[in-house]
Amino acid sequence: MSSVRVLVGTRKGAFILTSDGKREQWDISGPHFAGWEIYHLKGSPADPNRVYASQSTGWFGQLIQRSSDGGQTWEPVGNKFAYEGVPGTHQWYDGTPHPWEFKRVWHLEPSLTDPDTVYAGVEDAAIFRTTDGGQNWRELPGLRGHGSGPHWQPGAGGMCLHTIILDPSNPSRIYIAISAAGAFRTDDGGAAWKPINQGLHSQTIPDPTAEVGHCVHHVAMHPSRPGVLFMQKHWDVMRSDNAGDSWREVSGNLPTDFGFTIDVHAHDPETIYVVPIKSDSEHFPPDGKLRVFRSRTGGNEWEPLTKGLPQRDCYVNVLRDAMAVDSLDSCGVYFGTTGGQVYASADAGDNWAPIVRDLPAVLSVEVQTLQ
Amino acid sequence: MIRVVLPSHLRILARTGSEVQLDVEAAVTLRSILDALEARYPALGGTLRDHVTQQRRPFVRFFVCGEDWSHESPDKVLPDAIASGAEPFLVVGAIAGGHGASLQIWNFMPDLPG
Repeated sequence: MSSVRVLVGTRKGAFILTSDGKREQWDISGPHFAGWEIYHLKGSPADPNRVYASQSTGWFGQLIQRSSDGGQTWEPVGNKFAYEGVPGTHQWYDGTPHPWEFKRVWHLEPSLTDPDTVYAGVEDAAIFRTTDGGQNWRELPGLRGHGSGPHWQPGAGGMCLHTIILDPSNPSRIYIAISAAGAFRTDDGGAAWKPINQGLHSQTIPDPTAEVGHCVHHVAMHPSRPGVLFMQKHWDVMRSDNAGDSWREVSGNLPTDFGFTIDVHAHDPETIYVVPIKSDSEHFPPDGKLRVFRSRTGGNEWEPLTKGLPQRDCYVNVLRDAMAVDSLDSCGVYFGTTGGQVYASADAGDNWAPIVRDLPAVLSVEVQTLQ
Repeated sequence: MIRVVLPSHLRILARTGSEVQLDVEAAVTLRSILDALEARYPALGGTLRDHVTQQRRPFVRFFVCGEDWSHESPDKVLPDAIASGAEPFLVVGAIAGGHGASLQIWNFMPDLPG
């Protein structure tokens, strides 16, 4: 019988929630790595019991943990993230040059085929890869070497590479996104990268054709249509039908098009989910109502999903990596909040319930569907 | 034999007790102690000093015989009391900012009142 494992990264540790396919009763283990910030955990599609976790604190820096038994036990692996060559500078918040400095790993993306190969998106923005299960990490320097690096600027959360999407139909194609530089794509396995930001418009960038400088918050793709991308930008929900070569806005009737997270239904590539947030200065849902918005038309036409979610006095945020879907027949949708709740819907968003309520602030949510 | 006291997070990471005992063959310095510590507990690599620059992490402090050695040269020879194991070498995770920093360090100092 199928089961589901939900990997939750929080400000003060990791938690693992498991349930059978009904998704009604949940067992919770944790905190793993109590007291540490766990920006992200993710399991290998090639070996679901292989799970990687990004563990960090401001005191003791970055660690990477690896599990070979689905998160029951862990071992620390390599944590040396050294930029290739002379790191150079990017722009600081005030526009002055600032040296590239490694701070933390925001996102871990295991290979679709090899449990020992993992990509890491880091702050200050760069992408690293291990091919030995996390013991050694090497930067793919072509991204920072693209030439626009000196013009990249940090978003409010830092200059993080937070999104890594592997194209299941083309092993040489990878998408990444950086706040606040934009989205990039490689078609040769990570040697050369090109910005894919045409059609994005940001109020603070006077040049409407600017190649970089866009505060992309998250990007999602359905594996059956790897050329179609959905983006939650700082403001605006965007869509590309040509692998990011151009984008068009699909915010439609959303109450606000600011937000952080976005995801795609497991079985319907035209059904997408966002959690609108009031504004970049007020990081909570409009009107104190926690609403997921679903579009069944690939954007533009959105419906609020509210059953089981607090509809008054709710002032939590849902961060960029804090939503995920399972691939059971009735698609499950999950998201975590900065208030420590993880909400789940076993019916594609029609009905919601908290599967845990009082965790530390949730930084990331990933789901594994286990057979 | 060198005695090293680690903060709680690093004890858990290294899977060790409150005090670590190390043999240091070379002159006993900050660098040789940290080298020996990382060799015995590889998981601690990068947690006290940067892998590349070898600089002490900003919120990590080192205390020796009641004195803050955080800003001393990593190659300065430590007192005999550390080399003999009479006194422990203290690794402290400072609380960032304000009065709390001095409070936590104070409470980590076994030979001081407080």
